[in-house]
Amino acid sequence: MFLKIGIPKEIHEGEKRVAATPETVTWLKKFGFSVAIETGAGGNAHFSDELYNEMGAEIIQDTKKLWEQSDVILKVRAPEAHPFLALHEVELLKEGAYLICFIWPSINPELMQMLVDKKATVLAMDSIPRISRAQKFDALSSMANIAGYRAVIESANHFGRFFTGQITAAGKMPPATVLVIGAGVAGLAAIAAANGLGAVVRAFDTRPEVKEQIESLGAEFLWIETNEDSSGAGGYAKVMSPEFIKAEMELFARQAMEVDIIITTALIPGKKAPELITAGMVESMKEGSVIVDLAAEQGGNCTLTEPGEVIVRHGVTLIGYTDLPSRLPAQSSQLYGTNLRHLLHDLCKTKDGQINVDMNDDVIRGATIIKEGEITWPPPTPQVQAVSKPPKLAVKAPPFTERRKKKSTHWLNALLMLIAALVLLALGSVAPSDFMAHFTVFVLSCFVGYHVVWNVTPALHTPLMSVTNAISGIIVLGALLQVSNELSTTVTVLSAIAILVATINISGGFFVTHRMLKMFQQVDRRTK
Amino acid sequence: MTEGIITAAYIIASILFILGLGGLSRQESARRGNIYAMLGMFIAISATILGSQVTSYGVIFSAMIIGILVGMYVAKKIEMTGMPQLVAMLHSFVGMAAVLIGFSTYLDPSSHFSGVEKTIHDVEIYLGIFIGAVTFTGSLVAFGKLQGMLSGKAILLPARHWMNALMLLVSIYLLIIFINAQSSTMTISSLLFMTFIALLFGIHMVISIGGADMPVVVSMLNSYSGWAAAATGFMLSNDLLIITGALVGSSGAILSYIMCRAMNRSFISVIAGGFGTTVSSSSNNKEVEHGEALSTTVEETVQLLQNAKKVIIVPGYGMAVARAQHIVSDIVKKLQHQDIPVLFAIHPVAGRLPGHMNVLLAEAKVPYDIVLEMDEINEDFSKTDIVLVIGANDIVNPGALDDPTSPIAGMPVLEVWEAKHVIVMKRSMATGYSGVDNPLFYKENTRLLFGDAKESVEAILSQL
Repeated sequence: MFLKIGIPKEIHEGEKRVAATPETVTWLKKFGFSVAIETGAGGNAHFSDELYNEMGAEIIQDTKKLWEQSDVILKVRAPEAHPFLALHEVELLKEGAYLICFIWPSINPELMQMLVDKKATVLAMDSIPRISRAQKFDALSSMANIAGYRAVIESANHFGRFFTGQITAAGKMPPATVLVIGAGVAGLAAIAAANGLGAVVRAFDTRPEVKEQIESLGAEFLWIETNEDSSGAGGYAKVMSPEFIKAEMELFARQAMEVDIIITTALIPGKKAPELITAGMVESMKEGSVIVDLAAEQGGNCTLTEPGEVIVRHGVTLIGYTDLPSRLPAQSSQLYGTNLRHLLHDLCKTKDGQINVDMNDDVIRGATIIKEGEITWPPPTPQVQAVSKPPKLAVKAPPFTERRKKKSTHWLNALLMLIAALVLLALGSVAPSDFMAHFTVFVLSCFVGYHVVWNVTPALHTPLMSVTNAISGIIVLGALLQVSNELSTTVTVLSAIAILVATINISGGFFVTHRMLKMFQQVDRRTK
Repeated sequence: MTEGIITAAYIIASILFILGLGGLSRQESARRGNIYAMLGMFIAISATILGSQVTSYGVIFSAMIIGILVGMYVAKKIEMTGMPQLVAMLHSFVGMAAVLIGFSTYLDPSSHFSGVEKTIHDVEIYLGIFIGAVTFTGSLVAFGKLQGMLSGKAILLPARHWMNALMLLVSIYLLIIFINAQSSTMTISSLLFMTFIALLFGIHMVISIGGADMPVVVSMLNSYSGWAAAATGFMLSNDLLIITGALVGSSGAILSYIMCRAMNRSFISVIAGGFGTTVSSSSNNKEVEHGEALSTTVEETVQLLQNAKKVIIVPGYGMAVARAQHIVSDIVKKLQHQDIPVLFAIHPVAGRLPGHMNVLLAEAKVPYDIVLEMDEINEDFSKTDIVLVIGANDIVNPGALDDPTSPIAGMPVLEVWEAKHVIVMKRSMATGYSGVDNPLFYKENTRLLFGDAKESVEAILSQL
């Protein structure tokens, strides 16, 4: 006896996905199952009933009948109250049946209880462990991928300009600048999509190890310089320190003023999404900018986001859609259906239309949240650890931490300044005013020199030396003023020699500086 | 030309000089800065020559034309590796000019001061000549050391601090004689004697400083040449000389300070000399603790480079000596062609001049945006697969951080040992200029590639 798989039409408002495509139906048949599908289940995703029928699925018009007949129900959304039948979907579920869909057990305890009462066996697609082997079942990743792509498309839709820079007969258009916050699956998909449209993309993530992935997709990795010391946490810091968050917010504030589009994807598992874009930042953005908040459902990364809505605040369009994957129904149904197909393959290795929930298999163990009416969630920590490391925030503290005793130097400085002032006063009391005027010029010039030279970049210290060398040849003026002395030949000779050497100095210094500076060149990274 | 116009021209020249130095803050504006400074110089000299005081045009033009041609020739011919020598040589010219101008001012029969003004004028002449003479011989010795004509080692005379103190005291005593003397024989002889002492003082000061401290010495002499110009300005009551001298003087002083800080040493201890000889004995005692230094081959190095995801090159004075910068640049291009990112890490005191390595790499057409300073790059080493150390030693010495007894303890260094592999190109196991043994060579991830730096990099390039 083989089991019957039922695929009901999604009833959640606006949900356009379906849990199986005609293609996956053929696979399910190959595993030995019979497949039934509710009329119009694939309609929104452009899969017609005829297509399903051709692939061997039975089309059932009556929703109740479909649920009653099916031993295994494949769905996208978690079961909810049916709008027309005045029944909850769980009530439609056959006793002891299998249910595979998104459940979110941590936020749906009542639903869990209902399913337990039905003695159902439930596999939650959201509870599949995120390890390498489980990637083919990982519906969260496939949906995030779609959401990231769609976020860019939505932003482009609301953004009044081109993404790519162009130079046309009608003028020059700069490329749009996109900031992607969080480089998870969704973030990376958004980077790739925005880059593909020709925008200049920047991306931020708290994990330095994603730098390569970001750069490989053509975005610039933004990183925060911190002196944070992580030694207390064994090399890894799990919670961001207040300093890090402060630096992060400063970075976002700066970026908000520059970029045209912000796509936020920052989520912390099981917690409210971190608030990263404040109202002030939104206000500082250019008129016509767009923010897409992929965390809208979990509270939003942007303060002003309205989940499920598109609103305009301070001239900035805020997109808070929570159903981005559903807005690409054919694509997301195909990916989700394939994830389910892989999962059923593992549940039915014998290909005889029977399901064997093997609790020794890490992936199936993790996904199974209720087994024959018993809650088996949360699963014990899997033996195989997640691939991605927790965010490493630590940046090595500068090794050179010698600090002078500040207090004593303050006193010393004060004393030195006092002595200098007294010496100056003493000098002023005897020196003629003419000398003091020159002295004023001298002291002020020292200060000007001090400030100007501190600004010189270390790379140019050699040219600095040669150019100061050249201008110290200004001493030639002294010789020039004396060389015309008619009373003393010695003076003329001495001055002439001085003119000669000082001029060598001037021309040598200037020309060699010029030669050196000509060599300094930059490679424009964009052209590479 | 009236005094007013000349003063105005001097003001313009001063502003142009300040803009010129300001232009050096960025590579993009640096060339414009140099042109500003040239323009300032041209205006200042033209205004002075056109002034009523100047009549002997023949002498002036012949001296200046010869001077310009010699200067251009030297600037054109000099190798970029020879920049420190050139800079030192040019400093000595400023010093010499200051001495000559000081004497001719003294001898100028047309000057007549009295009372306090005369005293101040005399002090100005005296100081101008003193600083000029110290700069002159000091720069000559620095030139000799950098050119290899004199030994790079610190030559330490016994009781050298006492000798310095004595020379200073005698100079002050001679100043008092010079001011108060009534007869001209007395004044001229005290002035000449002081000049002689100052010349000796310059020699003694620089000869006792080791080769590794040369960046400090050269920038210090740069500063002196500025102060000499400023003193001459006071002597001649010329504000432009004072302004320019002060600019150059403070520039050199800041550079010396930066260099000293990069070596974690006080300015006084550098000037007083004596680094490198007294300390090597203490580190020799600990050689027992070191493991074995492992050598590698060019083939292995090439293989590591080709499999690397990120490469950092640390050049030092050895690269300058071997003139290997062009080949290194070609290696970088080849690696970049294979999509292997390469960065350069520059320690502030690498080479013999502040910014020396940057100039050499620029000459070899290495784009300046992959040449990073120590502070910018030190954190990157841990994420780097392979570090090539070419002719550098003390600036990559982990002992500066780990070993409080090391003579260079506390000096900030490039933390190359954090990388997965470190290849050190060396001639032999000899110590660096500071004479300090380098524990880096004995680290597990370090391999030594012996041989002339140029030959080694050539071999690497040919196999890449």
